Amino acid sequence: MTRWHSDPPPPATTHDLQLARLAAIGIALSLLESAIPSPLPGIKPGLANIVTLIALHQLGWRAAAWVSLLRIVGAGVLLGSLFTPGFWLSLAGGTGSLLMLGLASGLQARYFSLLSHSMLAGMAHLAGQLLLARLWLIPHDGVWQLLPPLMLSSLLASMATGLLTLKLLEQHPPCQVKPLP
Amino acid sequence: MRLALFKAGDLLIATLLAASCFGSFYFLWYQRGQASHVLLYQHGQLVKRWPLRLDSQFALHGPLGATLVEIRQGRARIAADPSPRQYCVQQGWLSRPGSTALCLPNRTAITLEGDSGHDSLAF
Repeated sequence: MTRWHSDPPPPATTHDLQLARLAAIGIALSLLESAIPSPLPGIKPGLANIVTLIALHQLGWRAAAWVSLLRIVGAGVLLGSLFTPGFWLSLAGGTGSLLMLGLASGLQARYFSLLSHSMLAGMAHLAGQLLLARLWLIPHDGVWQLLPPLMLSSLLASMATGLLTLKLLEQHPPCQVKPLP
Repeated sequence: MRLALFKAGDLLIATLLAASCFGSFYFLWYQRGQASHVLLYQHGQLVKRWPLRLDSQFALHGPLGATLVEIRQGRARIAADPSPRQYCVQQGWLSRPGSTALCLPNRTAITLEGDSGHDSLAF
């Protein structure tokens, strides 16, 4: 059957809507966070990762990947940093943390909670970023000197976001998908 | 916040990551190797590799003139350079392996090399 321009678009599934909603919240958090002054470039709380964690927990890994990548590109467009080194660093970090989240989902839910996922993903985020920086932006071994302070801040930030996400999910148990009016 | 939010494995992972974090501080910041040699560059080419334990002075020649390199007490510095902004001179003494002073306008540079790896090279 031929589809025409005038045809109504296929209805978005509730899954799509929920995904888009989470990505939108993520973009808003990214924008908010870019307004917070930071003592050092590269050290920031990573609040938008809360959204990725919630997506992982409620909708699964594929949804988390969508939410995270949409968030990175969306925030890049809105902040005007699309395709700048900062954007690629963010993308490398996002890819690293998504891969790690895929691995970490295999951890026994009986012994490991979202907090573990958050901490491991934070480390993988840092690893992805530093690797890209070493290979492309600053091809010098001096980059590794940045590792200790960035690792400390990354660990603290990912603990904080992990605990926040746990608290959020405790207070607001998995929201049922609400059909839009 | 209730403690029941997270689980035993989380504590394990937090401990492991905190330990590796302190480990990275220790190995990358505190316990770095001693620099053993200084590498002198001119027009991007290595012109000399000199052991830091021997005090000496060298002149590297670039398009603007001579860059004076001084090596004393296991450290090295650019003592004088004709570059307009004097960045490499202001860097002062270099003592850590991997640290570099780059006099870009004059196309000269020095880099310190650690004592790992090259201790059995024969020329």
